[in-house]
Amino acid sequence: MENPGRTGEASIPGGRPQGSADPPPLLEVRGLTKSFFGIPVLEDAHLTLHRGQVHGLVGENGAGKSTLMKVLAGVYQPDAGTVLLDGREVSFSHPTKAHEAGLSSVFQEFNLLPDRTVAENIYLGREPRRGVLVNKALMNAKTAELLESLGITAIRPTAQVRTLTVAEQQVVEIAKAVSYDARIVSMDEPTAALAGAEVELLYQIVSRLRERGTAILYVSHRLRELFDLCDVITVLKDGRVVSTGPASELDDTRLVRLMVGRPISAFFPDKLPPADSGADVPAQPILELHDAGNGQLDGISFSVQPGEIVGLAGLQGSGRTELLHAIFGAAPFTRGTMKVEGRDVAPKSPREGVRARMALITEDRKAEGLSLNQSILNNALTVIRSVFPRRTGTARTEIPGVFSSLEVVARDLDQEVQYLSGGNQQKVVLAKWLAIRPRLVLLDEPTRGIDVGAKVAVYRLMRKLAAEGKAILMVSSELPEVIGMSDRILVMRDGRLAGELPAGTSEEAVLQLGTGARTAPGGGT
Amino acid sequence: MKQRGSFFDRLSSTQIVYLVALLTLIVGAVLVSTVGRNFFSQGNISSILTGTSVLGFIAIGQTLVILAGSLDLSVPYVASLASLIAAGVMANNPGNVLPGVLLTLGAAAIIGLANGLIVARLNVHGFIATLGMGLIISGYLATNFKGSFGQTPLSFRLIGATGLGPVPISTIIMLACAGLAMLLLHRTRMGHHLYAVGGDISVARTSGIRIDLPVITAHVICSLLAGMAGLLLASRLGVGSPTVGSQGGYDLLSIAAVVLGGTLLAGGKGTITGTLGGVLIFAMLDNIMSVMQINPFLKDVVRGVVIVVAVAVYARRRIVNRPERFSSKGPAEAPAAQAARAEAP
Repeated sequence: MENPGRTGEASIPGGRPQGSADPPPLLEVRGLTKSFFGIPVLEDAHLTLHRGQVHGLVGENGAGKSTLMKVLAGVYQPDAGTVLLDGREVSFSHPTKAHEAGLSSVFQEFNLLPDRTVAENIYLGREPRRGVLVNKALMNAKTAELLESLGITAIRPTAQVRTLTVAEQQVVEIAKAVSYDARIVSMDEPTAALAGAEVELLYQIVSRLRERGTAILYVSHRLRELFDLCDVITVLKDGRVVSTGPASELDDTRLVRLMVGRPISAFFPDKLPPADSGADVPAQPILELHDAGNGQLDGISFSVQPGEIVGLAGLQGSGRTELLHAIFGAAPFTRGTMKVEGRDVAPKSPREGVRARMALITEDRKAEGLSLNQSILNNALTVIRSVFPRRTGTARTEIPGVFSSLEVVARDLDQEVQYLSGGNQQKVVLAKWLAIRPRLVLLDEPTRGIDVGAKVAVYRLMRKLAAEGKAILMVSSELPEVIGMSDRILVMRDGRLAGELPAGTSEEAVLQLGTGARTAPGGGT
Repeated sequence: MKQRGSFFDRLSSTQIVYLVALLTLIVGAVLVSTVGRNFFSQGNISSILTGTSVLGFIAIGQTLVILAGSLDLSVPYVASLASLIAAGVMANNPGNVLPGVLLTLGAAAIIGLANGLIVARLNVHGFIATLGMGLIISGYLATNFKGSFGQTPLSFRLIGATGLGPVPISTIIMLACAGLAMLLLHRTRMGHHLYAVGGDISVARTSGIRIDLPVITAHVICSLLAGMAGLLLASRLGVGSPTVGSQGGYDLLSIAAVVLGGTLLAGGKGTITGTLGGVLIFAMLDNIMSVMQINPFLKDVVRGVVIVVAVAVYARRRIVNRPERFSSKGPAEAPAAQAARAEAP
């Protein structure tokens, strides 16, 4: 209100070009090595960042991307190697030291306090003061200015973070990183939780930052984003840099081959022939919904046949997850009818859902899918033990086979799941659900945050389940995945089904239905 | 903006606390009038407010500790010890009031500092750290004091006995402390950091906050306020007593008042205002039940029911924190549905 012009601290000194000839790169990393418990995760890594450059960092899970980011953020100390900032050697003993040097990070986990306001979160630890008291008016004004400089006007500084959408929370997270006068911002999968139009918001922020001369280190599993956003792409594999060069010299196929040594055609495996080809299966749908709805959903009618993979697309918050939860009984339908294999079934709790032989692989595996400090075996037996206790013994003998067919990489079955990589954790979740021999498998973002190799394993498993005559309903925000894997695609918008698209449709068609746009949305991607 | 959801769901937990307090007031007034007494008489109001002050001091401190993600179970013993130090040092000599008060608060602060250091530096959970500290003090008191000890002079006893109209001085001091605690929480960096540490310690750490400091500060203030409660008890009783704190059950009662006031037991969310509402509800319940001469065991039953119901209500509200898009019967009045229909042709 009363403080224009005195809030420069929050903005970026982008408009101050240094006149020195041939300046050193903003950030240079040389020979960085880091190992945990004797296992090297980063070996002799090098990286160069220039002002106003978006630098993509890719690699499979466990390739060392997050470790590299955390060394730059001052979370980990490297075993060897140097980090040069403006040509001078630096080392960060604590995250605050990195912030002070102008290096901010946006991590995958949300680093926000849900019960505090946007402004309180952004200026946490650096609250502006008048005397000894916190100057809330100034703090809110600076926050508004900061958000505006990123092109965001819809977020109020005084809003509680809990009330924001996931995308808005991500924006707040980035704004917090930028607010440290950041000259370098590193982002670890900033779009992992975003869909469609929300990703556009992130693109907009990234390009604003680039215009100001901020360097961005961008970690992502989504190849499309890397090509859209990045000037330079560095590929890490097994802790080493295998390639670094202009993004324009790469394409999907080459990038994937560099990451995994596998061509992209292996990405979406072909359909398998039905397992029991002899017996002619009566074509009774496994799941039938008629005009079903509840507080978040309305007028949902569709069916899923045995052996079919149906994709559920739509924007974040369009009701996709809610639909899976309603079918499973976690947030039941309050009206309409639901049939499973021709019989009326209306699960009122997840337990009833499991009894109807449905499996729900949730989108947040750490919070909803696994007991992180328990063993792999215990996790794999959770569902069967509590719902079908008499079958536990049989399941226990089958588990090792299931794990080897899923290619789970673990020391042994007694290992705590928290020490597994994201991909292996997801395989444990899948094994847990396969143990009940489900007829209907509900997958919510089944490949979020897992590496390419694990993704392919999940895809193969889906094909195998379909061939066995199971019905699969998959929610995904990654359009190539929905299009590449689904036999049919249902698109949701505002809690309703907006329409159905056939296999192999275009991303534009899905977006058009999902956003309700009559024409293709600008071709911005 | 949440537009739908029941009236109840739209209230903040602090508003619910005061709504419940109002309800208690009305029900109390009606019940008390059935036995031919006036709930709003000057004497009765004064008695209710007197009932708020001891618990109030302790619950304010407990709020700070709980917000920081810890807990303090040593408060009743600190209050007992404080009453003994105060009465012992003063020894019925008006000239010793100031040194008595200062020594008492100094001792309380040292206990709080010890609590805070054990929790923050040794990483012992507050529950265990203060349980141990409480046992240590209680053992010391039991071996060294067989009954009441010392005496407080008349001038000091007046603090516990006089008031401005129906409002006791002790309640005014308690409210002043509440005001200072609110100022600390909402307008200082320390307060903001206290919320952050209780809300998510790793977020606080990566934001560059020294995470020990808010926890230690909260424990010191909590013990200081328990010391204040002990001073007030010494002023009322005229002597120090080794059991006055534990008889009051202030450890669990203060936690109950804090939780009833809408503060999250896990920390990071809550207000002093809510806690004061919780304290007021307990004081009114006590008053109503003693005026009605209800069996003291039933008192605890009523308190217990109130606590459980309140926390159950908050738990329900935390689950349904998202507005519904469609009503559960049909989409008739949902704006999203209307918009979709308008688009249809």
